[in-house]
Amino acid sequence: MTLEANGKPMIEVRGLRKEYAGKPAVKGLDFTVGRGEIVGFIGPNGAGKSTTMRILASFLSATAGTAQVAGFDVERDSMEVRRRVGYMPENNPLPEDMRVREYLKFRARLKGLSRMASRNQVDEVSGQLGLEEVRNKMIGHLSKGFRQRVGLADALVHEPDLLILDEPTIGLDPHQIMAVRELIKKLSADRTVLISSHILPEVEVTCNRLLIMHRGSLLAADTQSNLQKRIGGATRVVAELSAPEGDLRTAWEEMGEVRDFHLSAAEGDFRRCVLMPRDGVDLRPRVADLAHARGWTLRELSENRATLEDIFVQLTRPDDEEEDLF
Amino acid sequence: MAAFLTLTRRELSGYFFSMRGYVIIAGVQLLVGASLLIVLDALNEKPFDMPLTEKLPNSGFFWLVLLLMAPVITMRTYAHEKSTGTFETLLATPVSDRAVVLAKFAGAWLFYLLAWAPAATLPFLLSRYVDGLGPVDTGPLASLALGVGVIGAFFMAVGCFASALTRSQIIAAMTSFAIGTGVFLIGLLAVYRPPQLGWKTDLFAHISMVEHMGDFASGIVDSRHLVFYISLTLVFLFLTEQVLASRRWK
Repeated sequence: MTLEANGKPMIEVRGLRKEYAGKPAVKGLDFTVGRGEIVGFIGPNGAGKSTTMRILASFLSATAGTAQVAGFDVERDSMEVRRRVGYMPENNPLPEDMRVREYLKFRARLKGLSRMASRNQVDEVSGQLGLEEVRNKMIGHLSKGFRQRVGLADALVHEPDLLILDEPTIGLDPHQIMAVRELIKKLSADRTVLISSHILPEVEVTCNRLLIMHRGSLLAADTQSNLQKRIGGATRVVAELSAPEGDLRTAWEEMGEVRDFHLSAAEGDFRRCVLMPRDGVDLRPRVADLAHARGWTLRELSENRATLEDIFVQLTRPDDEEEDLF
Repeated sequence: MAAFLTLTRRELSGYFFSMRGYVIIAGVQLLVGASLLIVLDALNEKPFDMPLTEKLPNSGFFWLVLLLMAPVITMRTYAHEKSTGTFETLLATPVSDRAVVLAKFAGAWLFYLLAWAPAATLPFLLSRYVDGLGPVDTGPLASLALGVGVIGAFFMAVGCFASALTRSQIIAAMTSFAIGTGVFLIGLLAVYRPPQLGWKTDLFAHISMVEHMGDFASGIVDSRHLVFYISLTLVFLFLTEQVLASRRWK
């Protein structure tokens, strides 16, 4: 974890709790985000991601617990926190009736930049985000992709240390999603970023650490590879072989590294075998050697690592049969 | 302070980004013009011996304009931002709630004054084109303008408060119309009720907008009236600030 001069992490959350009319939305959250990290906040809709982000952006107050941004308490030093945070709320709300440049300048001035500084910064972020061609357009007439860039430009215009982006790619088409992802990667070079999403590939490619939230609690906070290790059971090898079923069964039963297996018929004479290995063993060379030795035809051999999706599903599996309200 | 000015400018210019501002100003001018016509018409029937400006508070149109302006001007201030979500980005900037409240109020009030401004030329036009009318007495005109200004401040503060309570502009408009008209009608009792001894008559007289305006229109600047409207304005601005702060209530 990189620390700056004041030795404080970028975000420090302790026992954070938020209730809406007595119903808890966030139930005692603890986590730390170091400077320069890109952290993905994932969880199903209604997990409490937006609420946490709103508290960090100093828009809402927590019911209990503390949250600090760059060493400043979001409650007591709200203004200091707001100066350091670039926040883009969910759905990226923008005024329809303003022009892009006018809006960004207005926002820069609100965030305390001088007239000169705001002009320079607006030029700077407009260049960074490719907004020059639409600078004089009405925001209401922009495409969704451009609106998203305007939202990002607003979040960036006062050069914040911490970017908080709530669902930055929601509602975009795949091309725009890629473009926004690229932008976020580029922007994160010299700042801390907290991105929320319920779309997993999104955080998978951009973030180096994940916070998984479910029903107001943090289920896991780790890098993707560590999370994968934790759910090692999800790693499996798939082999499609043309061989009699009985031979295959005996072969897998005799192979010590196979913990469990499952056979099913595939097109043609092939059988699909799903093999669960014992911890940390790579079964693929063993399977290939076996097929070679027995003269079986092998047409597919692959290892399925636990994807973020698997991790997510495992962690957030409803623990009871009650209907999932989220 | 810089943020307050930036925000006030944005609020005020917001009225002119769409047709809204122009429509409001045109509507106000139409109704004020109509009320002037009615007063002139009455003058033809039965001449009266008082300045024209003094007749204005007796005209229904004048009050209609005053009571309708607040909801129309202010319903958008918070409700619109809340419904589109820009309220959240606004309050995530390092600007205090108080600056936001004051700027929104200032924007609405300045627009209100702007919408009235052209009406100030009417007496001059009359004296220029009607034979036998003396020069315009600017004293009562100025005090009338002051009255319109302070009553407007009160109505705008009520309107902002109503708008801060909801995300629906219609509900905001109805709430501010109901509060404004409610206070106006209670005050009207002082005019229609036979005077009796007792606190009720005193109270009604104290909050009678028609009588206040009557004083302003005849050139009397009574500090009690000023204190009444300014303090009510401050009360509603304070309440609006509390509504904003309520998002932080535990």
